[in-house]
Amino acid sequence: MKILVGVKRVVDYNVRVRVKPDGSGVALDGVKMSINPFDEIALEEALRIREHGQATEVVAVAIGPDEVQTQLRSALAMGADRAILVKCEAAVEPRDVARALLAVIKQEGIGLAILGKQAIDDDAGQTGQMLAALWQRPQVSFASKVELKDSVATVTREVDSGLETLEVDLPAVITSDLRLNEPRYIKLPDIMKAKKKPLAVTDMAALGVSLAPQFKVLKTEAPPQRARGIMVKDVAELIAELKKRGVLS
Amino acid sequence: MSRVLIIADHDGAHLGGGATRCVTAAGKFGAAEIHIAVLASPAAAIAAEAAALAGVAKVLVVERAENAHPLAAVLAPQVAKLAAGYEYLIGPSNTFGKDLLPRVAALLGVGQVSDLMSVEGPHTFKRPIYAGNAIITVESPADTILVATIRTASFPAAANGGSALIEAVSTDAALPTHTRFVSLSAAKNDRPDLQSAARVVSGGRALGSADNFKLIYTLAARIGAAVGASRAAVDAGYVPSDMQVGQTGKIIAPALYMAIGISGAIQHLTGIKDARTIVAINKDAEAPIFEVADVGLIGDLFKIVPELTAALGG
Ligand SMILES: Cc1cc2nc3c(=O)[nH]c(=O)nc-3n(C[C@H](O)[C@H](O)[C@H](O)COP(=O)(O)OP(=O)(O)OC[C@H]3O[C@@H](n4cnc5c(N)ncnc54)[C@H](O)[C@@H]3O)c2cc1C
Ligand SMILES: Nc1ncnc2c1ncn2[C@@H]1O[C@H](COP(=O)(O)O)[C@@H](O)[C@H]1O
Repeated sequence: MKILVGVKRVVDYNVRVRVKPDGSGVALDGVKMSINPFDEIALEEALRIREHGQATEVVAVAIGPDEVQTQLRSALAMGADRAILVKCEAAVEPRDVARALLAVIKQEGIGLAILGKQAIDDDAGQTGQMLAALWQRPQVSFASKVELKDSVATVTREVDSGLETLEVDLPAVITSDLRLNEPRYIKLPDIMKAKKKPLAVTDMAALGVSLAPQFKVLKTEAPPQRARGIMVKDVAELIAELKKRGVLS
Repeated sequence: MSRVLIIADHDGAHLGGGATRCVTAAGKFGAAEIHIAVLASPAAAIAAEAAALAGVAKVLVVERAENAHPLAAVLAPQVAKLAAGYEYLIGPSNTFGKDLLPRVAALLGVGQVSDLMSVEGPHTFKRPIYAGNAIITVESPADTILVATIRTASFPAAANGGSALIEAVSTDAALPTHTRFVSLSAAKNDRPDLQSAARVVSGGRALGSADNFKLIYTLAARIGAAVGASRAAVDAGYVPSDMQVGQTGKIIAPALYMAIGISGAIQHLTGIKDARTIVAINKDAEAPIFEVADVGLIGDLFKIVPELTAALGG
């Protein structure tokens, strides 16, 4: 079985992004970029499945501009066998990402797709579910535990009320939550090895996907700032302050 | 005339808090009618609660055995059928809605607005990106059904006092059998629900153990608060994952939020931006949590929390 992993290039989670003064977007010049943290978790899970002998190949797929090759090389260094870049300069909405991933899935004969539960730039959290719908296959979002046996996956997911376990027939789409695993660190020799691994470049047209953006971003603004608060020196002052504000009686 | 269809969240017995907030959001679209769809088994009690919400004109009930558990793959084809003729299709941005709505959108051949936080016009909406570090205004075409998840912390719950028509409907959607419910392990406790509580006390990595978290539970019980946690506390196994507050956990808007031994990482702050009063207790005066706290107290939580709990005792 081949596993596809979605890899999105995003602003590193440690960066505090700033909105451009003219409201045209967030400032991205010179900002550190990384693999979306949830995609690292997705990749780690795929690698573990392969290491357990339950998959033959892990293919990392990214849709984006040329620079995304950097993140795909990181994915290869982590252990992916191959990478595919679907070149696309324009911003892509999740629905079109899902359409492109589906085209790759069909081409490659993928048996399991693992994506992140959300990309931490647009925070959409849509792609995996949309992909599963278009593929007409099961989805298990927010996974914290995955067990494969024959062609069935038993997956535990983090839901608001606790932990839910589902059983799905493969092929399927799984999206990773934070506690699915802890991604491995990349070692220096692996970076060298990754340079020799195959990275294929294709584009939307070759996959037969034409972009169909639906939404127009009219404005980007900074969130309202909270007014600076006060410091109290002890518990008695704290209680008095909270009573004054009417949040404790 | 334009109409809104809300997909109700529920726990099998009662209507969820998400649906009541969706009703408030739906009221902002300027639509003529608001309908709620309840897909459940059994459904009558949930439908009755939905029908009692002020502002709702009709409740559509799809009761069938397959709807006993909220499986997106099973619900989505039914919802896609129900959506015919509606201009807006919305659900709460909790794990139920986040799982289901994108699947429905894809079946309808449209995109989705996630975490809609305000309605600026019939087709313009605001939503957060980058963990709430930026807010975008998006416009969606007027001739396309808008599918959106609603950021529940941005809208108050709708009041009761309505008496909507309840209509049993059936769809001819073919349902897949490739997805099967196995189990749900939900922590049973008497504490208020984290997502709707007026007061929340949260603990972080500083608590150091599951056992020490009792300090947080005891303080919370004293003031009738729900209990939350940072990711670090969840990852360390001090508390279950459903208590995580933040970008990738629960987004909440209580009147009082107490962050105890939590540094205030941006991903955590996203979850509490709409809290009315934020209290921070932390021994590090430089902790970023103090930048957003309305009231800060520097010191050792192991001394302060028992003192605070005792002081609130009488
Ligand atoms: C993709 C991604 C998503 C994430 N999503 C979330 C999320 O949804 N929610 C979330 O919370 N985090 C999230 N995080 C993690 C986040 O970045 C932080 O790592 C996390 O919030 C830190 O938790 P903490 O504040 O408990 O721990 P720490 O950062 O370790 O802070 C502990 C604090 O306790 C204080 N302290 C220590 N001892 C005491 C004492 N005795 N008395 C008083 N104070 C004390 C310290 O001064 C420190 O400020 C996410 C991270 C990533 C990469
Ligand atoms: N441009 C992209 N290239 C590859 N994978 C993507 C891309 N965009 C989204 N994904 C995948 O879909 C997941 C969810 O993204 P989103 O729906 O945008 O929050 C990500 O974690 C990725 O696994």
